[in-house]
Amino acid sequence: MFGWMGKILRVNLTKGTIKEEKLKEKDLHQFIGARGLGTKIFSDEVDPKVEPLSPENKLIFMTGPLTGTIATSSGRYNVITKGPLTGAISASNSGGSFGPELKYAGWDGIIFEGKSEKPVYLWIDNDVAELRDASEIWGKSVFETTDWLKENTKEEAKVACIGQAGENLVKYAGILNDYNRAAGRSGVGAVMGSKNLKAVAVRGTKGVKTADPDGFFAAVTEARDKLAAHPVTGAGLAAFGTNILVNILNEFGGLPVKNFSEAAVFPTAEKISGEYQAEHYLVRNKGCFGCSIGCGRVTRIKDGKFKSWGEGPEYEATWALGSNLGLDNFEAISKVNFLCNEYGMDPISFGGTVSCALEMYQKKIIPPEDVEFPLNWGDGDALVELIKMTAYREGFGDVLAEGSYRLGEKYGHPEYSMSVKKQELPAYDPRGQQGIGLNYATSNRGGCHVRGYMTSPEVLGIPVKVDPDATEGKAELLKLFQDLTALVDSAGMCLFTTFGEGLPEIAAQIRTLTGLNISDEEYLLAGERIWNLERLFNLKAGLTAEDDKLPPRLVSEPMKGGPHKGRVNELDKMLPEYYKLRGWDEKGVPTEEKKEALGLAYY
Amino acid sequence: MEKSLVIKPEKCTGCRTCELICSFKHTQETNPMRSRISVFCFEKVGFSTPIVCQQCSKPACMEICPVNAISKSEETGAMIVDDIKCIKCKMCTVACPFGATIYDPVLDVVAKCDLCYGDPQCVKYCPSKAITYQAADEAHILRRKSFAEKFRGFYEEVNK
Repeated sequence: MFGWMGKILRVNLTKGTIKEEKLKEKDLHQFIGARGLGTKIFSDEVDPKVEPLSPENKLIFMTGPLTGTIATSSGRYNVITKGPLTGAISASNSGGSFGPELKYAGWDGIIFEGKSEKPVYLWIDNDVAELRDASEIWGKSVFETTDWLKENTKEEAKVACIGQAGENLVKYAGILNDYNRAAGRSGVGAVMGSKNLKAVAVRGTKGVKTADPDGFFAAVTEARDKLAAHPVTGAGLAAFGTNILVNILNEFGGLPVKNFSEAAVFPTAEKISGEYQAEHYLVRNKGCFGCSIGCGRVTRIKDGKFKSWGEGPEYEATWALGSNLGLDNFEAISKVNFLCNEYGMDPISFGGTVSCALEMYQKKIIPPEDVEFPLNWGDGDALVELIKMTAYREGFGDVLAEGSYRLGEKYGHPEYSMSVKKQELPAYDPRGQQGIGLNYATSNRGGCHVRGYMTSPEVLGIPVKVDPDATEGKAELLKLFQDLTALVDSAGMCLFTTFGEGLPEIAAQIRTLTGLNISDEEYLLAGERIWNLERLFNLKAGLTAEDDKLPPRLVSEPMKGGPHKGRVNELDKMLPEYYKLRGWDEKGVPTEEKKEALGLAYY
Repeated sequence: MEKSLVIKPEKCTGCRTCELICSFKHTQETNPMRSRISVFCFEKVGFSTPIVCQQCSKPACMEICPVNAISKSEETGAMIVDDIKCIKCKMCTVACPFGATIYDPVLDVVAKCDLCYGDPQCVKYCPSKAITYQAADEAHILRRKSFAEKFRGFYEEVNK
């Protein structure tokens, strides 16, 4: 087999057994790998009504065919499970070297099922895999755990693990690999914690084989040249990381401020920008595995009370912990971002939950006696306390650990939760960009920007500039973006490659690597198939068209200022068209014809 | 003038593209273990650097080889292993102070950087230009310059 390794590990944590299984060629061809293949296996094996933190839920780590090859930025793996934050299917994606190492050990992926009685970790040394006692590292941070595993397995091993947040079932805990890279969203780390699985350590010395080496090399080189020539992937992201977006979105009038309660323009945005980060705190650029973009930042806060160092903060974290909380102290933002990595939790959802709490506290919905100290906008010291309380579920942190929607519900005001399907929204105000609102509402894993990144055409003008305030044409463009993204995620590539690469370049790389000779359109169809299977799972899980909604504020409270003053998101104008283009009925259910056309009639 | 690979750790992002390209070009599969160049990332201090054969003037690999299977290429100056003469004793992999000579069990050969016969692919594909292929007598000037730049930084700091 080329590209794929052809086999996976099935680990039953209840019984303590490990089995090798061959992958079905038909599944590989229809669902490609990573997100798609994981979704196929997960939906085949797991009851959609499963309680996410119960032993009956499964946790699947899956790589794509391109993972670990010379294709640029192709070191990704996905974690597929039913998310405890959303109750929807979740595929959380991460870079670094863990995914490639798993393939070099000879495995495309791992299925975890059941629940271990005691804390364990999985150690994979090429063909040999074993469950080992993790009691010594239970309670430890991501950094401590990773260090310990390298000492107790092999120095060259790559590690994916949870921190205290995952152990304590924080609803938005992530899985961290290579110290600082994260499968961050939807609470995949809490599912891992619920299984008493602390970590996976892997060492592999095999290689990934290629069907057509000359063709693959040519396809990779062409794609690489396009990325190098593109202003975003060849220059902007390398110079300022993803934080290059702070000033861009602020000037655009789309950088949300204080839980989306104010105009999406942050007066002191400059102080949290990528330019400011590069000038004052940047140690060096950091590339994920095989990446020619190198958007990662190694950042150091040299002294003062926020003294710290680590990777990031990325744009999303800078926003969620920054302007979203009215905080313009880059040192505090960095420190809390690094703590997110140490404790193993998603900074977007943490920031979105704290902003919800801050707004309700300021509006006196949360009584002062419920919280250990006053909650004020822009308070970095309080934030350092709150993250620790959340990771350990201490005091008010126990409420924050449940996410913004459950927090709002507890106090009778879920409308202050800026979330979709209970997952906190990322850093783009959908009143300034109509298309990103439609993407938030329809994203299969809840509020998320990396399912169909409409900011690319609406703000950056890639691949074409479209009017951000228009609703016309957004449904069609979004469908294309969502299907292409599903393909890219399933191939094992980083989404950032799509700034410079289109479907022909992506398909050519998968085709020459694997020998799967299908047309570009059929590759895109695989993306559509994956999208629809996720949708079908969610519908069976009990989600409906009622869940394809934005928070009321974003469709009813006009933007208070900036270039998009007076606008709301006109989701109701776009959603029916979107359903129709998708071949779904007016309730958002895929029709039998659509299912048939995608080969999903069985589900 | 012979050229050599010059490493600039301060530019390396730790992406390991050099490992991937090297293994692919030499073996048609992507496998860092079969690469003649390796990147070491010290994640906790934010430092990474590639390690590769330095094509020494007094090559330990050549001196220790009992069957004279390693010789210097007249074209590029690279130490080249003659697979037919080589008895796979692996003494060269032990003798090299950089660990730059490796044994590839798949092909049963001793492998090392051959400078891709004058067109090193790691140089071509390194996205941050952390590896360059330059005349050996210019290499030290570049090292001096990078230190000079550090001095410049101090100077600017002092004169702020």
